[in-house]
Amino acid sequence: MTDRRQFLALTAAGLAAPALAASTDLRLPGGPSRRPLTEAFPGKRGMILQRTAPPLLETPLSVFNAGVFTPNDRFYVRWHWPFPTEIDAGAFRLTVDGHVERPLALSLADLARLPQVEIAAVNQCSGNSRGLFEPRVAGAQWAHGAMGNALWRGVRLKDVLDRAGVRAGAVAVRASGLDAPPVDEAPDFAKSLALDHARDGEVMLATHMNGAPLPLLNGFPLRLVVPGWFSTYWVKMLDRLEVLDKPDDNYWMAKAYLVPDTADGGIAPGTASFPRRPISRMGPRSFITSVAAGARVPLRPDYALGGIAMGGDAGVARVEVSGDGGANWVDARLGLDMGRYSFRRFDAVLQPARGAAVLMARCTSTAGVTQPLTGLWNPGGYMRVQVEPLPVDFV
Amino acid sequence: MRGVLIVAGLLLVAAAPPRIVAISLPAATAMFAELGPGQPSADAINNNCLACHSTEMVLNQPHLTPAEWAGEVTKMRQVYKAPVSDADAAAITAWLVAHDARRRPETPPKSPAKSPG
Repeated sequence: MTDRRQFLALTAAGLAAPALAASTDLRLPGGPSRRPLTEAFPGKRGMILQRTAPPLLETPLSVFNAGVFTPNDRFYVRWHWPFPTEIDAGAFRLTVDGHVERPLALSLADLARLPQVEIAAVNQCSGNSRGLFEPRVAGAQWAHGAMGNALWRGVRLKDVLDRAGVRAGAVAVRASGLDAPPVDEAPDFAKSLALDHARDGEVMLATHMNGAPLPLLNGFPLRLVVPGWFSTYWVKMLDRLEVLDKPDDNYWMAKAYLVPDTADGGIAPGTASFPRRPISRMGPRSFITSVAAGARVPLRPDYALGGIAMGGDAGVARVEVSGDGGANWVDARLGLDMGRYSFRRFDAVLQPARGAAVLMARCTSTAGVTQPLTGLWNPGGYMRVQVEPLPVDFV
Repeated sequence: MRGVLIVAGLLLVAAAPPRIVAISLPAATAMFAELGPGQPSADAINNNCLACHSTEMVLNQPHLTPAEWAGEVTKMRQVYKAPVSDADAAAITAWLVAHDARRRPETPPKSPAKSPG
């Protein structure tokens, strides 16, 4: 009861004094690091405001401690261009054309009659954690919350392509949505997948996430879901699939979202010129979410901590944790396996000493890839996978 | 009003998706600030840049060199086709550089990162 009264009092105070809106410190090296928390976006609450227009909303790390599925109203938001804020789902059509036998215009009812599939998968922005790169790079200055995990429901891209009949000689499928640049000559957002990838039976067109229709801010009424790949391919408000008979040379494939063509996508800062490739698969990551960076933690003999891990383009095989900055590691206990592309919970118990400590988690994927202790760098601020040190003070 | 009707309809026919989904986004009303007497004017950045993005896109960036700021303005013009005149591009860059110079780092600048390998 006391808690509830305090909560009500805080709420009343919040209403009376909107100027004292909550903010959070993302601990970005060199700053600027403080961001407001916003309640101003319909269907979203408690989001870190990175940009009002077009919206960039980040999920606070604490949200990931509540469960492996990220609630729709806490799921991050990222748009390049303005997008419609009103969608008539009855009038909506998905156009399938290009190098096909039968161009299609599919309604949502048409899609609902195709076999429905579900998959748990992490959606992570290519530039997630960009704000932590050193040297810093320009772009959306995310901490770790440009990611989320959902149970996606919809239809296989393969089934839609089969209905249209892909013609011989096709090599790729280009996806684009209802968002549009404010200047006509600017590059409309579109991303392509190789035909074999598009027809692998995993890539899907989702109408629902976590049991509810997609929120408009997450791409209602339809978005591409590309399990294991970065979110740049998960085209929102998807209204066109174009089958191509030659590789896609549009700006968003040929010029943007490129990473150094090295094994880990990293390169030495300052390197002037180097081969690049389109960003693609994700690597393993893990985050301690039970305690915030910089927290003062009452010292107890057995200190329980936990968080979430992802294997990237594979499952989570193992998570280890360290309470001494990586000198010693112990295996964490893994939570329920919701599928290879899902977040997976981990929990462990450490015996800390009084004073400053650096907590770490380290994931190894079922593909045998382990998070490195040192970070990669690239000029786009993409593909961060390193172990994330979390400083706390045991008092 | 339509939204209320849709919610009511959903309760009756839970399986049917809402026909019309509409949201209202918060207005992006913030402007870039004048930096003071003798400093570059904020007119050009306010008149040109806010058409495509709100102020946070700029204000949340880390320290960038004058050449990097100029490069961002060039990218907006050449890649994203922002219709900005040469004179305004120079005035925007001047504001960005002056604004960056007077920002106090929140933590001491780091030495360049060691080679990440």
